[in-house]
Amino acid sequence: MGEIKNKNNRKQYSLKSDEKIDVLKILKDLDKYKPRRKGWTWRKKLPKGTKIGQFIYGQVSEDLKNSQPLPAAHYFGNIDPQPDCIITSEIASGRFEDDIRRFRMAAYHGADHIMVIRTAGQSHFDGLIEGTPEGVGGVPITRKQVRASRKALDLIEDEVGRPINFHSYVSGVAGPEIAVLFNEEGVNGAHQDPQYNILYRGINMYRSFVDAAEAKKIMADAKMLQIDGAHNANATAKQAWKVMPELLVQHSINCAFSIKAGMPKNLIALSTVPPTSAPAPCIKIDLPYAVALRDFFEDFIFRAQMNTRYMESCTREVTVSHTLNSLISRLTSAHLQSTITPDEGRNVPWHYNSIHGVNTAKQTLIALDSIKELVEIKNEGILKEKVREIKERAILFLEEILKVGGYFEAVEQGFFVDSGCYPERANDGIIRYKDGGVAAGTIIKRDKDYFAPVCCHFGYNNLSLAQEITGKRVNNKVCDLIDGCTLCVHEKISYIDELDEVDNVNIRLSKSEEYRTENRIKPEVQWAGDGVIVLAMFLPVDERTSHFASLEIARKFGLKETEVVHKQIMHPAEGTYVEVKGMVPFSIDLEEIEMPEIIPNLEPEYIESIVREKDLKVVAATVGEDEHSVGMREIIDIKHGGIEKFGFKCYYLGTSVSIDKVIDAAIEVDAKIILISTIITHGEIHRINIRRLNQLAVEKGIRDKVILIAGGTQIKDQMAKEEGLDAGFGRGTKGIDVASFIIRKLIKDK
Amino acid sequence: MKREDDFEVRREKLKDLSNEELKERFWELANKVVEPMVDMAKEYTSPSIERSVLLRMGFNSLQAKAIVNKCLELNILGKGVGHIVLRMAKEENISYKEAGEKIASGELIDKVKEIFKIKV
Repeated sequence: MGEIKNKNNRKQYSLKSDEKIDVLKILKDLDKYKPRRKGWTWRKKLPKGTKIGQFIYGQVSEDLKNSQPLPAAHYFGNIDPQPDCIITSEIASGRFEDDIRRFRMAAYHGADHIMVIRTAGQSHFDGLIEGTPEGVGGVPITRKQVRASRKALDLIEDEVGRPINFHSYVSGVAGPEIAVLFNEEGVNGAHQDPQYNILYRGINMYRSFVDAAEAKKIMADAKMLQIDGAHNANATAKQAWKVMPELLVQHSINCAFSIKAGMPKNLIALSTVPPTSAPAPCIKIDLPYAVALRDFFEDFIFRAQMNTRYMESCTREVTVSHTLNSLISRLTSAHLQSTITPDEGRNVPWHYNSIHGVNTAKQTLIALDSIKELVEIKNEGILKEKVREIKERAILFLEEILKVGGYFEAVEQGFFVDSGCYPERANDGIIRYKDGGVAAGTIIKRDKDYFAPVCCHFGYNNLSLAQEITGKRVNNKVCDLIDGCTLCVHEKISYIDELDEVDNVNIRLSKSEEYRTENRIKPEVQWAGDGVIVLAMFLPVDERTSHFASLEIARKFGLKETEVVHKQIMHPAEGTYVEVKGMVPFSIDLEEIEMPEIIPNLEPEYIESIVREKDLKVVAATVGEDEHSVGMREIIDIKHGGIEKFGFKCYYLGTSVSIDKVIDAAIEVDAKIILISTIITHGEIHRINIRRLNQLAVEKGIRDKVILIAGGTQIKDQMAKEEGLDAGFGRGTKGIDVASFIIRKLIKDK
Repeated sequence: MKREDDFEVRREKLKDLSNEELKERFWELANKVVEPMVDMAKEYTSPSIERSVLLRMGFNSLQAKAIVNKCLELNILGKGVGHIVLRMAKEENISYKEAGEKIASGELIDKVKEIFKIKV
């Protein structure tokens, strides 16, 4: 493991990009861990006109120290430009020890806002949960889990070279306590919106607002970024595009309330989602909404979330929707681009789908760099009319809330999440009652002698009585009364490790130990050793038959607990595309895996000296009826780093060249090397051409005088050798790979 | 309530407002809507708020829950649980952490009733 020494000269754990993170090292001395900072951190933007690789960018931030660029980056000098806005990854496996590894993968692709979803039911838990119990659809948020996660993120941010914001939820009936926990433990952002509690968690409305003011004040003290819950209306409403006026109203209520609770505007984020999806003409609906929102809330922060309302199991469809969502972000504005994994419509997000989500955002945002310098949002026509209409409808909504007697009455009358486009009402809104819901009747009027001797307390606080009782003065802070509160003096926090002897991380880690520490592996999608894989197949039958047939196929593969996760009709009679997941009942011993030895390339100077000494000539061509020329040019052209730069004299014959012509040319120029490229594989034509090359070289009596090499996306070394060639090179081959082989072969033969 | 879309009628009074005026109106209304909730939050407390006060005083979550539950039983949460703990520490001449633990365990309950004049 990598180790660096801290100022006390003690060795500290650090991450190395070729070693796995060690959960046990994270858990060690956790009781003494103190977060290195509090509060939200933005990316460091680079000036407009910044050059990265060969390109000029207008909306980028500092590069990462270590990262994985987009798959196509190798065509562009492996650049990995980072967009100017924060990218969020939501992670929710239910086991924090596995989530930690995914934090690292997401950060390595460019996520710097890690949002940990809470376990189902935590909102109704009256108090804090402790220890490390397993969750469902998220982790139970406890001090130990939060601390371990923050500590892991400290290491990860050092690895990637960028601060990472850690985020979870301050909602439910324990909001103020969670807010204290988050403030103490250096959690950087959180969802907090009393309306979410009321509408979606059925928590009493008075309790929700009373608790919210306290929680918000505590969050503001730590400079945490708050994200509201308004977007849930369009994830819930039957016709999500109709709730746009209400969304403005919900945002305004949480924003106005937050400011009065002590939050500055630059820590208040609106969670906003483009409300609709194709086949609706979604940009025509989503864009005016985004513009209206940004007009009314221009000083606030925008957290652009991706649409979940219309997600089904097709990950391709979802990816397109999310790309369009990020287009809206770039055409308007977004401080944070959140991501939704493309598999959320089928299961709890899996490792690689979290990464796909991050990459969809990164790819789209970078692709649309400076788009507003190329196109302009019109301030006329339907856009202007729609923007105005949404705003006016929202104002009418607020007016009617006041007219019926205020927010609480409006909720009782089902104003919210009604699928009519206000003032239209469909009478299907969510109704909650003032004296109803979870924790109804639990707020208590503060007496005249009420006080709380701690910082960040909202509302009435009889501090003169507190001073009288304690005999201490409030000089700078309220907590002078108790010689410091935990928000100011971290050492005062009382840490609980575990409460449950069975449901905890140590027991879980012991079960997965062989997959973490030994040479055994199983495929996994969310937990170490979960064994889950997906089979993708086209079956030439109707949809219903394909379902059962695919399960039978998976069973014959030996998979356990199989489930069809996606079906898509290609044609009602001709066939169906199916994806089936299942668990493999075995593990693999890495010691038993046969891997061909990696032969390092030769030094360029050495290659060149041999090439010049022997005056090596190469004849190259794309053979057969094949017009692909790019791959071969990359291997030979000097400007692509091809073999010409080592001094090879290359005779490139072009595309669709016959094998006869290749051999004749080699004889004519006395070439020692023949390179053929063959991309098309229909009817095994690539194999036939390769075989023919060898045969003809033998017939013409030059086989022992030439090195025969084939290349192409579908070419394998073994196959080329089977057909009598000296070597085959596949996708990703560079000139130096081919040159090194040629020189080794020549030296060896000699 | 079911209602047809009568936006065109209702918007009459808004249609001549400038965009700036529209925005001002929006925020004026939003602030008016939240005023009563803010006032309520200033005047009320809750078990979670009180537990969060105890956490900030350095108690752990189990202790915080026990202390708040005891104070709820005695119906004295309106005094503020921090107040009760500090007052008992002073009365007993012990540290407030000790006082809190003794309230949680029930040891100081009679004394609490006496000091805060709780009629049973």
